Amino acid sequence: MITKSYTLKLAKKGERVDGRKFTEYRKPIKIEYGISAKSAEGSARVTIGNTEVVAGVKMNVESPFPDMPDEGTLVVNAELRPIASKNFENGPPGIDSIELSRIVDRGIRESGALDFKKLCIVSKEKVWVLFVDIYPLNADGNLFDASALAAMAALKDAKFPKFDGEAVDYSQHEDHLELEKVPLACTVFKIGESFIIDPTDEEELNTDARLTIAITEEGKICAMQKGGTAELSEDDINSMVEIAVEKVKELRKYL
Amino acid sequence: MSYNKRNDGRAFDELRPMDAKVGIIKNALGSAMFRIGKTVALAAVYGPSELFPKFLQKKEEGLLRCTYNMMAFSGSGTRVKPGPSRRSREIELVTRNALESVLDLSECPRAVINVNIELIQTDAGTRCAGICAASMALADAGFKMKDLVAAVSAGLVGDKIVLDLDYSEESFEEGAVDIPMAFMPRTGKIALLQLDGEITKEQLREAIKLAKKGCKQICEVQRQALKEKYKTEE
Repeated sequence: MITKSYTLKLAKKGERVDGRKFTEYRKPIKIEYGISAKSAEGSARVTIGNTEVVAGVKMNVESPFPDMPDEGTLVVNAELRPIASKNFENGPPGIDSIELSRIVDRGIRESGALDFKKLCIVSKEKVWVLFVDIYPLNADGNLFDASALAAMAALKDAKFPKFDGEAVDYSQHEDHLELEKVPLACTVFKIGESFIIDPTDEEELNTDARLTIAITEEGKICAMQKGGTAELSEDDINSMVEIAVEKVKELRKYL
Repeated sequence: MSYNKRNDGRAFDELRPMDAKVGIIKNALGSAMFRIGKTVALAAVYGPSELFPKFLQKKEEGLLRCTYNMMAFSGSGTRVKPGPSRRSREIELVTRNALESVLDLSECPRAVINVNIELIQTDAGTRCAGICAASMALADAGFKMKDLVAAVSAGLVGDKIVLDLDYSEESFEEGAVDIPMAFMPRTGKIALLQLDGEITKEQLREAIKLAKKGCKQICEVQRQALKEKYKTEE
């Protein structure tokens, strides 16, 4: 077990437990597409160091919401299943998985990655509902960045199942889902006076605050979430945003 | 009623292609992936650890707990609603029974051992694939075991007794009988048996024989995967 005081002491010297730089992602970073090609409309597995996350997209045809009769919908759901860590319990989604799914959801939704009007089949009657389900397989820190990356990779992989106006034929797929934007997230953590990214699980437990920042390919910020109890100054936020904008560019190369 | 040729061209007594790997989840004490056809099961073992609440602790032996979950995107057709269902709870029960029959839990009294199974992609036979993966994960974790457990379904599709039904066969229009079975390959004893459908005694006997034969082949794949992880460099 790595203590907080040890992590802090290292940080003051500009060091990390595993010898990485403060703003260095673990290696390898890998994306594998179509890991559930038989079942899901789109799927991907993302590896960042020892953290591994899978995401899958399912598309159902359903009735639209009455206040948005010509728009499809998006549902993002993350589950921290006990296969991925001894700290995850079986049972209904806890606050950690809810926060994780909401952060990923907002990045996708607010960036305009999906044109919901294009997901309308018949106004007031039939629209596509996109479900993005995220499951960590091995949780070793920084689930935010890995999950956001996995969700975008799965959406990039997604194809519409065949729909003849009556029923969906899930055995046949046609056009690729169009992505208007490709938002990715980078989470910057504060420990003492230092900023780090991509902590391992042990490191993450010793951080004071975090800021997840979702960023489009144009470098625009489309969603943020502060976590942890420590306060952040304006300067802190500025520094964290600078780091995230740069690091997201790096993640983008793998997609 | 006749089913003359299998949808995927297999012989009636032929398993789908298999693939197995041990040690896929680093956080876990033991873990494994088992693929049969397009069904992919992952299993991880955590523990033994202290069991809470304490009144659940068993003085003489450890407690085995199993979870089974189909990822929401892993079904054929629309999204599977996340969360436990009566079906998944029952599968957890029969999985635990099948695994307990080979485990010696007297080594870890008062503790709990968690076996967690996730399905990434499915094409029928998920509980059997889950048991295959879980049994490998337990061996990988180093638990004392009487034997591995291998599982596969056999059954009746139309008028034919077949081994390892896929989804198209399980949902065969003119009727199918699905009999998931788990065997301890060394003794040939049965650790799981369920049946849905209508079948004669004679057909059941034939199906059991077929599954038993299939499980021997599955066990070879499981053993090979375990050896692969623990082989020493010459």
